[in-house]
Amino acid sequence: MALPQVKLDATEARLAALALPAGGSWITAAREAALARVREMGLPGRRDEYWKFTRPDTLVQPEAPKAALFSHDEAMPFLDLDRICVVFVDGVFDEEASDDLGAAGIEIERLAIAGAQDIHWARDLYGKLEEAGQNPVMRPLAALNTAFATDGVAIRVTGKAEKPVSLVYHHRSETSDAMLHHVIRLEQGAELTVLENGPAAARFNKVMEVDVADGATFHHVRTQGRDHERRAATHIFARLGTESVFKSFTMTANGVMTRNECVIELTGDDAVAHVAGAAMGDGDFHHDDTVFITHDAVNCESRQVFKKVLRNGATGVFQGKILVQPEAQKTDGYQISQSLLLDDDSTFLAKPELEIYADDVACSHGSTTGAIDEDMLFYLRARGVPLKRAQDLLVLAFLAEAVEEIENPALRESITVRLQGWLERHSH
Amino acid sequence: MLEIKNLHVQLEEEDKKILKGVDLTVEPGKVHAIMGPNGSGKSTLSYVLSGRDGYEVTEGTATLDGQDLLAMEPEERAAAGLFLAFQYPVEIPGVGNMTFLRTAVNAQRKARGQEEMSSTEFLKVIREKAKELQIDAEMLKRPVNVGFSGGEKKRNEILQMAMLEPRMCILDETDSGLDVDAMKLVSDGVNALRDEGRGFLVITHYQRLLNHIRPDVVHIMSNGRIVKTGGPELALEVEENGYADILGEAV
Repeated sequence: MALPQVKLDATEARLAALALPAGGSWITAAREAALARVREMGLPGRRDEYWKFTRPDTLVQPEAPKAALFSHDEAMPFLDLDRICVVFVDGVFDEEASDDLGAAGIEIERLAIAGAQDIHWARDLYGKLEEAGQNPVMRPLAALNTAFATDGVAIRVTGKAEKPVSLVYHHRSETSDAMLHHVIRLEQGAELTVLENGPAAARFNKVMEVDVADGATFHHVRTQGRDHERRAATHIFARLGTESVFKSFTMTANGVMTRNECVIELTGDDAVAHVAGAAMGDGDFHHDDTVFITHDAVNCESRQVFKKVLRNGATGVFQGKILVQPEAQKTDGYQISQSLLLDDDSTFLAKPELEIYADDVACSHGSTTGAIDEDMLFYLRARGVPLKRAQDLLVLAFLAEAVEEIENPALRESITVRLQGWLERHSH
Repeated sequence: MLEIKNLHVQLEEEDKKILKGVDLTVEPGKVHAIMGPNGSGKSTLSYVLSGRDGYEVTEGTATLDGQDLLAMEPEERAAAGLFLAFQYPVEIPGVGNMTFLRTAVNAQRKARGQEEMSSTEFLKVIREKAKELQIDAEMLKRPVNVGFSGGEKKRNEILQMAMLEPRMCILDETDSGLDVDAMKLVSDGVNALRDEGRGFLVITHYQRLLNHIRPDVVHIMSNGRIVKTGGPELALEVEENGYADILGEAV
């Protein structure tokens, strides 16, 4: 079917501002195939059902809207962890600031290098999960990324990785428009933790494809930078094998536009997938979590826990779906999305969905919007806790269910400290 | 210590008068009990004194050691030494009992210009006091009152009271929902806190709590006013004859 003219024009205008990165053998073919997908789907427009609650204009327009650099004295997260740092500045790999990837103890290389080799494991992953994730819902910004991503890393782990890989994204140019694409493969029984932090660019389009083989365990913790004016559209595509584990947590504090999509397919029996997010928005803030989890196999568990604290006109969006295929018996699916509105000006829009074709499953979902509980507030104050402190305690308590999804205590603590920091700077 | 004079209170939302001129003075070291039928205004009095929203004071004063309670925020009243043991302690998921108590203790100390308690000192003190109330480490770790039984909640209130060491304690129907053993435990906790410098106002429907916490003065409240004041024998009279006789007599 031909695209509507408006969509066609918007898509071509965006494509005209981009050039396929040079070089490579198999990767060029993958990029060209992705470009064809973009042309076929068209980039998202405001009439698309999947973008009903989030206006895609600024994510699609040819030039990145300007985003002022935000200076603050807050230290970067994860600083005191023993980790392998991979640093990008406005979407460009910074070799100087990064650790020596050759000495990392795991296979980790830049996308450009992986893509230039005739034979490379990443060939079977790059753009592959993205392509599979286009059905039943189209995600054109991810295909755009596969076609045009200028940098990224390919990580392969065969055993238990000793240190987490920490992807650090600096934003130093007010007009930067960055596209990164990471591919991560955990072989059978492997274990890896990936950390991400930083605002990345004025506009950031990022895709991460994660292939978790049988018995492997993947942990992901990210904090999306506090730059007020930055924009981001990110996608995680994950495929889970038998008895594998995938756990991802994202903290977002500010940013005028964030759309985080997470597309997970549980293909092997007894696999576990948890996705969680804690978002805090003050003022001009739009934050969208869009999650799609497909159960293909028997006895798998999935959890979605998303919490948003909104004030001063901030908007939160949640679109979460659990699709249980006919063969996915004994599925245990849980989904909760909740917002805490600190004033009357803020908005939370939620679309929880369950689509179940198997008959022996346990799936639950819930979505709530509310204010701080006055009885709890009074109880705390009656014990001498000052109003502001009492409100902060209750906000942290509200976010706790999402934060508790982080298994590693040190990482959980570091996120809690950042949440407290945000609350201290944003008085009620 | 606590001085209430001609206190008139109505609901903010509707034109309903609840307290119609309460006069009451609690001296340091004394235990006063307020008894009265449902709807007489007992709980309202405790809420107004502790600063809960939703009430409007139309007349009268309430002071603690000469400080105007009604002009203070709830947290300021707490720091000034007022403590309300809630009839229905609130469950707060996500906030650990220990975190809550330490925050409260140190906030009050800070407000009074005292040094904050270190975490080791705090741990030592709370373990001691929790033991006396048969509150185990598990309960201390759990979120505030979440999943606590009625008795556990009330014991937790008394633990808070013991940690905060208030000057003036108001117990709002602390006996409700307690079995005999729990009532004994809670009463022992309260009695351990009785002290020359500390006043108590015990609000209850029933005389049985007053067998455990022996009052110095008993007041009968009805229709927003204290209609009769006497010694402990007044509570026994209520137990024997019900409120009707006394109220009939007072009117």
